Amino acid sequence: MAGLHVGRSSSLTHLAMGGVLALAALLLSAVFWASNDTLRLTTDIFLYIALACLWNFLAGYAGLVSVGQQAYVGLGGYGLFALAAKADVPALYALPLLGFIAALLSVPIAKLLFRLRGAYFTIGSWVVAEVFHLGAILVVPLGGGSGMSLPVRAAQALGRTPHDRFVTTYLTALVLLLSVLIMIFVVLRSRMGLALTAIRDNEAAARSNGVNVDRVKLIVYVAAAAATAMVGALIFIQKLRISPDAGFSVNDWTALIIFMVVIGGIGTFEGPILGALIYFLLRETLATLGPVYLIILGAVAIAVMLIEPRGIWGFVRARWGLQLLPLSFVVGTSASKIEK
Amino acid sequence: MEHVVNAIVQGVLTGGLYAMFAIGLALIFGIMRLVNIAHGDLIVLAAYVALIVTQTLGLNPLLALVIVIPIMAIVGYGLQRGLFNRTIGTDVMPSLLVSFGLSVIIQNGLLILFSADNKRLQAGPLEVASVTLSDTISIGLLPLLQLVLAILVIIGLQFLLYRTAIGRAFRAVSDDPRIAQLMGLNNKHVFALAMALSCAIVALAGVLLAIRANFDPATGPTRLIFGFEAVIIGGLTSFWGTLAGGIILGVVQSVASSFDPGWQILAGHIAFLIVLAVRPNGLFGRVA
Repeated sequence: MAGLHVGRSSSLTHLAMGGVLALAALLLSAVFWASNDTLRLTTDIFLYIALACLWNFLAGYAGLVSVGQQAYVGLGGYGLFALAAKADVPALYALPLLGFIAALLSVPIAKLLFRLRGAYFTIGSWVVAEVFHLGAILVVPLGGGSGMSLPVRAAQALGRTPHDRFVTTYLTALVLLLSVLIMIFVVLRSRMGLALTAIRDNEAAARSNGVNVDRVKLIVYVAAAAATAMVGALIFIQKLRISPDAGFSVNDWTALIIFMVVIGGIGTFEGPILGALIYFLLRETLATLGPVYLIILGAVAIAVMLIEPRGIWGFVRARWGLQLLPLSFVVGTSASKIEK
Repeated sequence: MEHVVNAIVQGVLTGGLYAMFAIGLALIFGIMRLVNIAHGDLIVLAAYVALIVTQTLGLNPLLALVIVIPIMAIVGYGLQRGLFNRTIGTDVMPSLLVSFGLSVIIQNGLLILFSADNKRLQAGPLEVASVTLSDTISIGLLPLLQLVLAILVIIGLQFLLYRTAIGRAFRAVSDDPRIAQLMGLNNKHVFALAMALSCAIVALAGVLLAIRANFDPATGPTRLIFGFEAVIIGGLTSFWGTLAGGIILGVVQSVASSFDPGWQILAGHIAFLIVLAVRPNGLFGRVA
């Protein structure tokens, strides 16, 4: 038995952590050399990865399969526009405030929705998003059904030239994405992460082992709501225009995200990131296909669910025993094998 | 005051349609714990099938049901055997995500085939025929037919579930699928028959919806939500509760709309959330 040990780290995870730091540094340096188009696209990728990771945090770990996260994306977008247009709050100061507002609002929503079990929670979350959507149409000061644009002075506060503005949103999106990833990473490694993994694997067993399932779910729901609203605010800073249909779109902010997570690997840390990258790779090559593209994505997601529900990353991890980030405990000699 | 009374009457009649959206949903949930997110999109799919049938054969939409109902039943049977049977288990996630994917596929498929334009089924004189009760209240024949058909569907389902062999099979797989299988039932076939039945009701609901109102490929999700709200308001215990839930939803929407049309759907959602807050087991559900 010589050389056996139990731990999270392996030479591969050390390598991967180094790679993550190098990648973060490379992405930071992009503001000095990347073109406006590249910055814009990369910002989009950051924001979608953040949404995918947050949805996976909800569904993959806490078992909260929400199809209503567009409520918080739209809330963030509308909140930012309202604060900028009506109260002259600079966009970057508005972000944390919006996260806070979304968190406050999500507590009573969660209390209500948690009365619906399993699949009924899913449709209930959709009803809440529709209430936000239809409510936004009725708010005339924010443009009613036709929506509103970000006031020019608010956009200019982010940077005088378009390039400056892209750099500001790029950096903010990068910081936000890294914060989301670090938050999920830290939570998964904590005591609560153990509870979450237990809930993911078997909720009844977790409950009987003393996990306070409802409290854990509430914390995850509120954290995801706050972060999703901040991501939503940045998405609409990029677009400069918001309308009820765009802000609360179930296709853009939930369906696509779900497909990314399912294809990449639900219930894994790396899966949603992989799924979002695959999505952008396809989008940049097949973008002209329109609705056909959504059909293809939907069909692939269904196929993944039926053939390999753990998704691409789940498959890779189980097949070759790889673990890039030090999340699960591993029994090994010194190699990176996972006992599964 | 009169216009509120009228709104209530119209709401009760619309409630029949909502109950029909809901019954198909409640039926498959009761039998196999499956929540089909594509339910609303199947309703819209049925409306488009009816559109093709009426246009090519020149049939009245209600006559076209003779063709649309079997087609949708076959679609339902095929979906269950090909897709949903593979997702059934203790975990609801696979069936949710698969039906969600199916929903997006149906919507976008219809969008490609029929464009985003509004469509409507032409039913001739039936569309406008009505019985006048007073100066402000008159009952449309078509809405009345909706309510009557909803009641007939419920009576038919009660008969099927409690008086026939296939109904016994449905109840058996619902109570305990493993024991049912030991007793010689082919669960996969029984589940598929249940989905076929659900889709037959969907076909009826889809055709009635399409005569009554404009529809387009994106109409589905809202119908799913109406059906779902009717189920929860009604309390998940019986089809009669679901009918009552549908009627309450219809009345709330109709009364709100009589004051301000912008509030119609929103008021229904809010009523649902209030019921959820005050009586989470539904208005007619037993207290857990």
